[in-house]
Amino acid sequence: MSRARGTGESLKNFPLFGLVSALVFAFLYVPLVFVVGYSFNSNRVVTIWKGFSLDWYVDVLTNDDIQRALMNSLRVAVVATILSVVLATGLAIGLLRMARSGRTFAWSLIMAPLIIPEIVFAIGTLALFVQVRFPLGVEAITLAHTAFCIPFALLPIRARLRGVDLAVYEAAADLGAHEWTIFRRITLPLLMPGIVAGALLAFIISLDDFLVSYFLAGAGGTTLPVYIFGMIRNAITPGVNALSTLLLLASVIIVTLSYIITRRKR
Amino acid sequence: MSTTEAPRRRRRGGRAGQGSWWAGAPGLVFLIALVLAPLVIIVIYSFLNRAKLGVGVKWTFTVQPYVELFYSESLSGEKSFDPVYLQILLNSALYSLVTALVCLALSVPIAIWIATRPARWRTALVFLVTIPFWTSLLIRTYAWVIILNDNGPINGALTGVGLLQQPIPMLYTPFATTVGLVYSFLPFMILPIYASAERFDFRLAEAAYDLGATRLTVLWRIVMPAIRPGVIAGLILVFIPALGSYLAPELLGGGKTSMIANVIAAQFGASRNWPLGAALSVMVLVITMLVLVAFAVVTRRSSRDGNRQQLESFL
Repeated sequence: MSRARGTGESLKNFPLFGLVSALVFAFLYVPLVFVVGYSFNSNRVVTIWKGFSLDWYVDVLTNDDIQRALMNSLRVAVVATILSVVLATGLAIGLLRMARSGRTFAWSLIMAPLIIPEIVFAIGTLALFVQVRFPLGVEAITLAHTAFCIPFALLPIRARLRGVDLAVYEAAADLGAHEWTIFRRITLPLLMPGIVAGALLAFIISLDDFLVSYFLAGAGGTTLPVYIFGMIRNAITPGVNALSTLLLLASVIIVTLSYIITRRKR
Repeated sequence: MSTTEAPRRRRRGGRAGQGSWWAGAPGLVFLIALVLAPLVIIVIYSFLNRAKLGVGVKWTFTVQPYVELFYSESLSGEKSFDPVYLQILLNSALYSLVTALVCLALSVPIAIWIATRPARWRTALVFLVTIPFWTSLLIRTYAWVIILNDNGPINGALTGVGLLQQPIPMLYTPFATTVGLVYSFLPFMILPIYASAERFDFRLAEAAYDLGATRLTVLWRIVMPAIRPGVIAGLILVFIPALGSYLAPELLGGGKTSMIANVIAAQFGASRNWPLGAALSVMVLVITMLVLVAFAVVTRRSSRDGNRQQLESFL
């Protein structure tokens, strides 16, 4: 009788799946728990626990080099987010009006950074900037980040745009509104939740990027992940964990915000 | 421009106020400059000579970088067949394949398990799967440096309980690299399989039980065919980024297990042979394209199979 109730019951037919799922969730999260846990270790040797301490956080947050790297990361992420959201909003609207062949071309260009292996994109942009004599550093990183942030910014905006009732535009046009007025007063407010969600995703993607920044950093463009990579290479202390914990926290908060915004406004 | 634009708009049923394709123009120009141009430059660089000193290339045509993939030149100038770079490329492909298969084995159970939860749980569980994807790959890889360390929690626990006298060296082994790769890309496998499994009507599986099928038969004959599109998509989504992985082999493999990305990075760094690095990148791009083409062919065939199966079920 209860079988007919459906989905819940069929689990019993795959008894090991629940166990495997629990193990997979553990596999996904336990490593991060270790990163966070050892950030409170007072010992210099990360994995040998001596006692609880917040010293590494103080250490890391008062370090000049780290502050500079953090500022670089934020400059890159903020500008890349703004650029990618503006370009992605235009692309989302433009895609709807493009002829079929143009849309296919545009779509493959937009998605290409997600498909091309990151190392190829990294050295490709390096070669480009060196070839056109554009100096390496924060600006170069920002431009490259904008390119791979566009698809992340675009997807929520596009999803939002698809849900807009076309009659809204017609009504506005019938009432004599100009294109720009319609965009500013109708399209933009309707897209706003998508734009905010897209901006948040673009921001984390930029903030977390290592490989592209590593190749384009030049002398003064060290971002936080590039700095952390250097720390891991030199000597691993719980300081790496403290910095990593802060970056993890930022990612989790931002992605949760984006998730809440996309879900609530539907 | 405006004369051709007007009739097209009318033809596409364009209503005033929805904007025009011009809105996408700045984005397209940007992407051509920062996505298409770098790819073109890589292809061009792969046919140029290396610069005598330091960074960059010399603008004279050659196929030397591709020759270097197969032959090495001794100091006296003798060439001998020595496909060391192809070997690394092949190794990387093997690592990626193993990674994709391990991810597959882990993902099928969890994807089906999530798909069979009540609807209100499902979104939260899927969100839990996606969170690691949004955290820094560098930190996720570093986490395994800590865990697999000689003093790390695994070795610490095993020696602490007395199961081991000496820690087992796990870090800087092919095993560590593989674990890191699986960990990096697992969400890319779980999500598409889940997307397929969610659309599957699990009452079909129950019907099969009621008709006396065993668990394995139901799994293999009823559920697996239904989630096949997700499995194929997942294999691609894991294989391609794994092939170009830099961090896992760099931080977890030590010097011992270089993958192609590390070799490419070295050519643009210490080794200062940009054309060879470009040629290797072109090889990676070619493999990526081949995999995508194979994907297109397989999905077309499987959807045709699907259609045939649907037809058969009607008969």
